[in-house]
Amino acid sequence: MLGEPARDTGGKVVTNAPVQLRTPLGEEVLALRAGDHVELSGIVYTARDEAHLRMQKEGIPFDPKGAVIYHCGPVIKDNRVLAAGPTTSARLNELSGFLLDKGVRGLIGKGGMGATVREQLRGRGVYFAFTGGCAALASSHMALKGVFFEDLGMAEAVWVIALDRLPLVVGIDSHGNDIFESVRHHADEVFRKNYPKAGRT
Amino acid sequence: MQLMRSLRSATGDITALQNLRVFHAASLAHTYILFSGTQVYIMMDKDPIQAALAGATFQAFREAAVSLPPDVIRAIDRAAAAETNPVARGEFANILRNIKAAGELGVPLCQDTGVPVVYLTIPPDVPLTQGLYDAVAAGCRIATEKVPLRPNVVDPLTRHNTGDNTGPGMPAIHVRPGEKFTVTVLPKGAGAENSSRIAMLLPSHVYGIEGFVVETMLRAEGKPCPPVFLGIGIGGTFDLAASMAKEALLLPVDTMTPYEQQICDSVNKLGIGPMGQGGDTTALAVKVKTAGCHTASLPVAVNVQCWANRHATREVKW
Repeated sequence: MLGEPARDTGGKVVTNAPVQLRTPLGEEVLALRAGDHVELSGIVYTARDEAHLRMQKEGIPFDPKGAVIYHCGPVIKDNRVLAAGPTTSARLNELSGFLLDKGVRGLIGKGGMGATVREQLRGRGVYFAFTGGCAALASSHMALKGVFFEDLGMAEAVWVIALDRLPLVVGIDSHGNDIFESVRHHADEVFRKNYPKAGRT
Repeated sequence: MQLMRSLRSATGDITALQNLRVFHAASLAHTYILFSGTQVYIMMDKDPIQAALAGATFQAFREAAVSLPPDVIRAIDRAAAAETNPVARGEFANILRNIKAAGELGVPLCQDTGVPVVYLTIPPDVPLTQGLYDAVAAGCRIATEKVPLRPNVVDPLTRHNTGDNTGPGMPAIHVRPGEKFTVTVLPKGAGAENSSRIAMLLPSHVYGIEGFVVETMLRAEGKPCPPVFLGIGIGGTFDLAASMAKEALLLPVDTMTPYEQQICDSVNKLGIGPMGQGGDTTALAVKVKTAGCHTASLPVAVNVQCWANRHATREVKW
């Protein structure tokens, strides 16, 4: 189901320093491979379900060329980012294509995305995974710069956030490699082998 | 005057009256909640037990939202040190940095600060009254505003958010007798809770328990934010199995029985790893609670808990 298995699921330890990237992103993302560690700096835009729908309808309120979207509903207090962990990206599987068509090069979230997005990223951009639940760590790498669509409420608005070396991993690269998909495939095989009678109880 | 007297007894310093904001909690007659800087004092001119319980509940929620119990951190540390998959090592590094950042900044570990699940132990000299339930709810409301906790509790059908993490049946409060008066809070996030499952297995299929637990994580993949802790309730009834599964999460997680270890190892063979990105550790620990059950039944419940196995206990002193 994959062109090649994602790297780094075989248990070998590598100690490569993270790749340093700064937004807006360009062709350099095409060199990234699933499993690469990255530290991302520069402006990113938060967006969840409602913001995607609004952008589809009314247009993207920022320059999408090389932009990075963060699937996140942060807690903002007194113009500070208090907590900003990733939300589940799969909810946006059907809402991300138009952003990539307009030049967006990176998506950040948790849990991976579907086959549609994997294909849409091909030759264009990457999906970065940020560790679920790490809201405090995220906020310690962030400075708030602005907001669009504030009427959508705190969780759904598009917050403009400057990142300072946020530690990410490439979950889906621009060559069709997807660490979530290879992990899922492996787990299925193990389960079928170890519990051949499962489901018959 | 009643207010002044109560405050003095709580602070020993009447100058704390400066910078006070005084609220009257509508749901509790004769209750005053006082904020001074980061300190909170709850005064009830009729019932010091309720005042103390509300305060202890608030303190426990703050502790649970911001920091993890030592046994939970030990389990994460141990798995992080043993992990061989480089992607997973990166995830563990982020988790450990997040725990540190939350402690240093005094902010919640995760933006999903959960729904309130509360366990009380009541000694013989504390009467079990509705007032205790009201006091826990009051502590939860204060925590929601002051920690702060994200308001997560909604009506299940209209989805209307109550705004303060309370509502009918919420907090979920479990009471049992004890030597000391304690309150334990377990804020339960939705990602992991939604991956939980219960089954009424055939009594002749005791061997099927392990497969059911492993299948639970196979289906869950990265959704519950692994590495997870799995609370397993075996036996009892349909409802008792589920509540045992949740209570099992409160047991020390840095030790396992051979049976728990066996299930844990089997889950880890799936290779799902931290955040579903692959790795040696999918489950940090499995904890089992059992109860007697009908000879014709075998209830099994799996309560999934993300790596942030948040809970805190405070003794209620009054």
